[in-house]
Amino acid sequence: MAGEVGKLSKNLLRMKFMQRSLDPETKKQLEEEEKKIISDEHWFLDLPELKEKENFIIEERSFLPCEDFLYGRMSFKGFNPEIEKLMVQMNSKSKEEVEDLEEGKMDVDVSDEEMARRYESLVGTIKKKFTKKRDRKAIQEDDDENSNIKSSKVKKGFIKPQD
Amino acid sequence: MLSVPVQDVLGEVVLPGDVLLLPAQAADAPLSLSVASSVTKRMRVVCGPGLTRQGEDLQVTKCGLLRHREPAVYWVDSHQKRYVPVKGDHVIGIVTMKSGDIFKLDVAGSDQASLSFLAFEGATKKNRPNVKVGDLVYGQFIVANKDMEPELACIDGSGKANGMGVIGQDGFMFKVSLGLVRKLLTPQNDIIQELMNVFPMELVIGMNGRIWIKAKTIQQTLIVANILEACEYLTTAQRKQVFAKFSDNVQ
Repeated sequence: MAGEVGKLSKNLLRMKFMQRSLDPETKKQLEEEEKKIISDEHWFLDLPELKEKENFIIEERSFLPCEDFLYGRMSFKGFNPEIEKLMVQMNSKSKEEVEDLEEGKMDVDVSDEEMARRYESLVGTIKKKFTKKRDRKAIQEDDDENSNIKSSKVKKGFIKPQD
Repeated sequence: MLSVPVQDVLGEVVLPGDVLLLPAQAADAPLSLSVASSVTKRMRVVCGPGLTRQGEDLQVTKCGLLRHREPAVYWVDSHQKRYVPVKGDHVIGIVTMKSGDIFKLDVAGSDQASLSFLAFEGATKKNRPNVKVGDLVYGQFIVANKDMEPELACIDGSGKANGMGVIGQDGFMFKVSLGLVRKLLTPQNDIIQELMNVFPMELVIGMNGRIWIKAKTIQQTLIVANILEACEYLTTAQRKQVFAKFSDNVQ
């Protein structure tokens, strides 16, 4: 009896606060038992391994990827100019897969040349904004030199009045 | 049941049940370590309408002519009048019902298609599109499933109409077979090229076999409609003769 009194039940030993006082041997034993319970409860399918087979056939229910169809709205001899414009746009889209070509044809509000011209003048405007008043003169002179029109202005300076 | 290599029957008649053997690919090709060669050996095969996959081969489900396009696209060009909705197809529908947020459209399929009133260009909850029962609508299928109600939209992915929407008030709509519609929509086909020189006119072709035509007068509209309907059974020579007659009239 005396021996049994000193022993604690397994469930009690498994509790968290009892873990510290356990000696390594009983600890191992408990862990093994726990593992056994878990593996018994886990079930698995007893099936042969699935063979993965890559499929190289794609089923397609639509005619669209098979044939390059034209756009379904058409207009001839200028009956509906709106549709005629759309026809060119839609039919060229399917034909030309090269994006670059299409980009060149795209209707743009501002042409490249116009944009370049705008930016050209914009550079000057912005440059002015960031220069001080004193430097502006110098920039203007620079510009004048660039345009080959020499300013005939003589630098004005303050002349001290003579007494 | 016939089981033939696919390259032997290209452009020929195939019947449902025929099995088409694809050219042997990686199976008997020698093993190679380089990736490039294995890619070229195994091509992705696309089987279009009229064909289904059966293991490594293709099975025919419709009778017609077997068509092929590079690199490996096969389909059956068949004569058919019954339209089956397919996602991405452009069709002409007739509005049959207006109920709350959606319109019901007859698209000549087994079921009516639904069309949301928001699926029009520029439509908002407050700004509803003006669609009445009986109107013709040119739209694109965005949902087409064999178990579900098909759904149409009159805008593309970027919210643009691109010609879709309600088709104008006048004009004339008639039905032709699906095969003829495909013929008309093939790029550089003779019929459309010849039609260009007849009258000034406008036409809308739906993949569901419906064609809508509008010319300057009712008489011209009917002439074109009759020619197109007849195109189904005319030989090329006969058709050329008919078109020649009318293009002379104009000039």
